[in-house]
Amino acid sequence: MRIEEHPILNFKRGKKIRFFFNDQEVEGFEGETIAAALHAAGVKSLSHSIENHRPRGLFCAIGNCSSCLMEVNEEPNVRICVEELKDGMKVKTQKGKGDIL
Amino acid sequence: MLESTGIPTQQDIDGVFPSEERMAKGPVVIVECYQNIPCNPCYTACNTGAIKEFVDINDLPNVDHSLCNGCSLCVSNCPGLAIMVIDITFSEEEALIKLPYEFLPLPTVNQVVKGLDRGGQPVCDARVVKVINSKALDKTPIVSIAVEKQYAKAVRNIRMGE
Amino acid sequence: MKPVEILVVGGGPAGLCAAIQAAEMGSKVLVVDRNRALGGQLIKQTHMFFGSEKQYASTRGFDIAQILLDKIDQMENIEVMTNTTVLGLFEDGVATLEKDGKYIKVKPKAIVVGTGASEKTLAFPNNDLPGIYGAGAVQTLMNEYGIKPGNKVLMIGAGNIGLIVSYQLMQAGVQVEAIVEASPTIGGYLVHASKIRRMGVPIYTKYSIKEAIGTEAVEKAVIWQLDDKWQGISGTEKELEVDIICISVGLSPLSELLWQAGCEMKYLPELSGYVPARDENLQTSVKGIFVAGDVSGVEEASSAMVEGYLAGMSAAAYLGYSLYNTKELREDLLQQLNSLRHGPVGERINKGIASILIQSEAAASTEA
Repeated sequence: MRIEEHPILNFKRGKKIRFFFNDQEVEGFEGETIAAALHAAGVKSLSHSIENHRPRGLFCAIGNCSSCLMEVNEEPNVRICVEELKDGMKVKTQKGKGDIL
Repeated sequence: MLESTGIPTQQDIDGVFPSEERMAKGPVVIVECYQNIPCNPCYTACNTGAIKEFVDINDLPNVDHSLCNGCSLCVSNCPGLAIMVIDITFSEEEALIKLPYEFLPLPTVNQVVKGLDRGGQPVCDARVVKVINSKALDKTPIVSIAVEKQYAKAVRNIRMGE
Repeated sequence: MKPVEILVVGGGPAGLCAAIQAAEMGSKVLVVDRNRALGGQLIKQTHMFFGSEKQYASTRGFDIAQILLDKIDQMENIEVMTNTTVLGLFEDGVATLEKDGKYIKVKPKAIVVGTGASEKTLAFPNNDLPGIYGAGAVQTLMNEYGIKPGNKVLMIGAGNIGLIVSYQLMQAGVQVEAIVEASPTIGGYLVHASKIRRMGVPIYTKYSIKEAIGTEAVEKAVIWQLDDKWQGISGTEKELEVDIICISVGLSPLSELLWQAGCEMKYLPELSGYVPARDENLQTSVKGIFVAGDVSGVEEASSAMVEGYLAGMSAAAYLGYSLYNTKELREDLLQQLNSLRHGPVGERINKGIASILIQSEAAASTEA
């Protein structure tokens, strides 16, 4: 779901990198956020509500709403909509509130 | 009506069209700006003095159609894409309409596209005569289409394919 | 503690202009932004701006951001810290910053807060399903990262953001099924609405969303007509097959820092939420704290830029800096704001500001 041609914008994408989403290898580009890369890979369900375990996705995409908290390299509660993607990153769906390190 | 639909009424449209006399003299600008908003680039872009200086930036554009030569500089400078140029004298049967078009793919010359009205409904076929996408237009290309004269006032957009 | 003259919180249109103006007057400025790059929401705006030449009318938003960033780059007395969040503004004048998990304390002599606004959400059944986004989120995905949020969208809200994002969705190749607007009239500029209508997209006024349908993500949306009391009318439901629902029902000022700093705040619907009392120079009730842009009342980016210049000028003047023509520049900025707010759309804004304006000492002394 990446836009290749746009009437107004030219997208300059960084180097292609790999990361892991729930142990599955996924491709992304340097310079984008984890959320952007997951979205491009078709992953929309990012977290679950704590009591009713309802799926949650991206809402604000600029770090305001906390709807996208995930576990990144074993650190829970990372706002993946503003966290830059790095090569080899391990991104996981978080269980509950996440364990305190 | 326009406030609830986004589509100008026939009365709105008639109000911004120049006289038939002026239309008969060749290319002329149609400024479809119906709302008082703070904006004046059409005046800034105009070299012929046809679009008058704004007393209040929220005024509607004040156009002297007699001074307009249809140069189209204002067409791609209008942030609301509310301006087009019509040349009713283009040929015996056809009128030429110059429209801003910010979508891909761009049509090509001689391609036959659908002429759409202000509600996006197809009203006639339109033949693409020219496509300008120069740097000066800053990504608001101007597409010139020829339509049968009777549709000159109805067509406001194009659609490809079908 | 890091010595700072003027701290600008937020590097969007307001903050950037504040920094430029304050630095031009000779003060040292630190611009702090929590994002990786400056520019705020400007960098995602692909449409041409309204206003006049002074506010870069007819230039696209992301190009305006570049013009401002180039200016910032050239000014030696502006320091920029990105990826840095201002966590607190304290009574003793200390501001705490966080960067890469480390705390930094600064004690600025003046502060310009230009934190902007956040998107409001809307209550309806299943509004938490993945695929339901704020309109700004869709802009971020499409225009910053070049990613399509989905294939078919329902847009809720026909204000400027709803209309602009709908058009941008179409430019990105996404089909807009419909725009619904609860009011009887379109709130955004009608030229934006007309652009969308002539692409064949319907705008339903006096309509809202009844519910979203889906299990793991949005599969459908049900819209319905509203009566004069804004209640849904049974039997008017329409089901739309969409995989995106975009919410664009307004913004609310991000004013937490102002609350914490002890600024006098007031709820003003005209300005979209709790906003700070301020004088004509954009100084709040706390001396040395200035505001600009959406945090002081949600408006267009053009006025945010002008407010930014004014707040930057006021902050620099507060510290004793001036230019030979400060007075003329100030008059010009006030005049620009005045003309941007002179139309029917600006009436509300003016009404809001009037009810929270602090009489400045200068103004009070002229009256006396």
